[in-house]
Order: sequence, then structure tokens, then C-alpha cells
Amino acid sequence: MRREIPLAITFITSLIIIVSFFIPHAPFGTMQEVSLKWYAIIAGFTMLLGVDSLIHMHYQKIKRKKSDWAHSLVLIVGFAVFVIAGTISGFRYGSAMDINSSFMYLYNYVIIPLQSTMFALLSFFIASAAYRAFRARNLDATLLLITAVIVMIGRVPIGYQIWHNFPAVAEWIMAIPQMAAKRGILIGISLGMIAVSLRIMLGIERSYLS
Amino acid sequence: MHNFWTIFGVWMAAFLTLAIFSFLYKDNPFYKLAEHLYVGTSAGYMLIYTYFLTIKPMLIDPITKQQQFFLFIPAFFGIIMLTRWFPKIAWLSRWSIAFTIGIGTGLAITGSIQGILIPQIKGTLIALHGWNWTTLNNLLIIIGVISTLTYFYFSKAHKGVIGKTAKIGIIYIMIAFGASFGYTVMGRISLLIGRMYFLFHDWIPLIR
Repeated sequence: MRREIPLAITFITSLIIIVSFFIPHAPFGTMQEVSLKWYAIIAGFTMLLGVDSLIHMHYQKIKRKKSDWAHSLVLIVGFAVFVIAGTISGFRYGSAMDINSSFMYLYNYVIIPLQSTMFALLSFFIASAAYRAFRARNLDATLLLITAVIVMIGRVPIGYQIWHNFPAVAEWIMAIPQMAAKRGILIGISLGMIAVSLRIMLGIERSYLS
Repeated sequence: MHNFWTIFGVWMAAFLTLAIFSFLYKDNPFYKLAEHLYVGTSAGYMLIYTYFLTIKPMLIDPITKQQQFFLFIPAFFGIIMLTRWFPKIAWLSRWSIAFTIGIGTGLAITGSIQGILIPQIKGTLIALHGWNWTTLNNLLIIIGVISTLTYFYFSKAHKGVIGKTAKIGIIYIMIAFGASFGYTVMGRISLLIGRMYFLFHDWIPLIR
């Protein structure tokens, strides 16, 4: 029963979603919307599991004084400060997301700079990876290189200064060959998703129960 | 006139920005500090975000203010998800996982058909009449979609017509990957410009 009940739950819930898609009338019409809300609620609870796992791991690191334990302390302090600020803001403003709350102040001056700088840092690593990988060794690699260069140059003002048609060529690449290949890939992905979903729904694929 | 907290926030953001950029020299304690702070604060942020934008408005408020008691069902599934903390009854969490997987698969089937498959096929069924630039572009799109799909068709060996079509497909795929790469680089560069603007405008006002 420990396996049969979950399989039945999966089958019934997925069937309800599919039926509600094809019969958009009461009581099925609202089922998809309701299920999505329920999904969000359950996923919300899983956040606790993830946070617990993270904090537990770093707490153990501090407790056992493992290498770089001080960094784990920074992580836990950062976490605690955000949770405390969020809770206080919630009591004070009704929601932690209020623009004047201390929680949003911390978000704007801690998370936003950290996040955007982390992604900005990637531009340097992408450049160095491209230098190593983008050698025009064959036709495929040459095409990749030329297209990337045209798209990059076509999207900055200097591209227009070099050749006034660069932006139009970049636009054409994005709209025609890029879109065609992306469309083919998307069709393949959606067919794959349907096949895998049907396997899960019918209980053929059960790896999620292990 | 900036108040103390705005100035303090800008200095804190500048320190964190420089700490992350210090990784360009080599891995160092400042970078590690900023990296761990990022993980910790993001976890804290997501926890509060989930509570105030999901749990409170979708579960607590409807139950307490509108008496929507049927919401105890997702609450029950959510709570039994936490049984993973107790090994003896951890198997109960499979019910919640099965529920979310069920919704996910149902949505994947209907969403893929409605949101991806049909619109993408519809977008490929385009007119080919007259000899003009639009017709040529439409033809290139049709060839691109068919050849890309052929490249990913592994049930038959890529020989003969299938092999040649797959070769055209790989050309399209390379162009698409190159374009996506260029696009991603430009996105990252614009973030870099944003950080530089912050440092030299908001922190040290060199750029007016």
C-alpha cells in the first residue's frame, strides 16, 4: 500500500487536470486553477525541508569546527537576519514585501547587489570559456562563432557604426534561423514531456517514489 | 539629501559588489564571505517570500477569514511532506510528492499541447506563395524546423536523406546556439554595466 496509494494519487490528480482542460465547465472548469493553488501551497511547505537541510549542514560544520566554518556562520547569520527582518516587517506593515520595510531594504542593498554581481561575473567566465571553445576548427564551430559575434555586435551602438546593417542582420538571425531551430527543439521537448508525463501518470515511471 | 540608512546601504552594496568581483583576481575570503552571505540571505528571503506570497494569502487568510475549510486538504499534504524529518513515518511524504507530481504531469501534458506543441506547429504552417523575401524566410523556417527535428530523431540511422537533412539541422542548431550565446553574453554584459554604473554613480559619483 505504501506504493499503490501514491501511484493512485498521481493518476487521479493528473487525470483531473487533463479532464478539466477538455471540459471547461463546472465542476471541472475551476479544478485546474484550484489544483495550481494547492500545488503552490504544498510546494511552500517543501521550502521548510530545503531550508532545514541547508541550515542543518552548516550548523554541523560550525559545531565540528570544520574548515571554513566561519563562512557557515556568516550564512546562518545572513539567513537569521532576513528571517527576523521579514517577521518584524510582517507584523509592522502587514507584509514583509512592503516597500518601506526593513526586509525590502535588506533585499535591495544585499541580495540585489550580490545577485547581479554574481551574474555579471559570469560575463568574464563566458568570455574566457568562449576563447577556449570557439576555435573555428570546423564548419559547425565557425557558424557558432560567426553567429555569436554578429548577434553581439548587432546589439551594441558600435555595431551600427561599423556597418549600418549589423543590427538588421542580428535581428534576422534571431527571427529566422534561430527561431526555426528553437522551434524544432521546443517541439521535441514538448513531445518528450508528454511521453514522460504519460509514463509517470500510468505508473510506468516510478523513480519519484524511491 | 540622503539619509544615513541610504548611505549605509550603498556602502554595504558596494562592499559586497567588490567582494564578488575580487574573485577575478583569485578565490579569497572576501569572495567566500559574500558567496555564503548570498546563499544564506537568499534562503531567508525565499522562506519569508513563500510565507507572505503563498502560505498566508492562499492558505491562512482564506481559512481564517473566509472559512474555506477545504484548504485543510493541501495543508494536510503540505504537513505530511514534513514527515521526512521522522524516518519511521517518512513514507507518508510520498503522498504529497505523488500529489505534486500528479499535478505536474497533468499540467505538463495539457500545457505542452496547448502552450508549446500546437502554437509551434501552427507557427510553422506558413504561406509559401510568390517569390519574395517573406516567402524565402518562411521557407527557411520550415526547412529549419523539419531538419532540426530530424537531427533529434534517433530511431533511424542518420544515413541517406535523413542524414543529409540532419546535417542541415545541425547547421541551424549551431546558428541557434551561437545566437543564444551572443544574447546571453549581452545580458551578462548589461548586468556588468549596471554594477559599474552603481559603483561609479551611486557609490563614487564619477559618472554624472
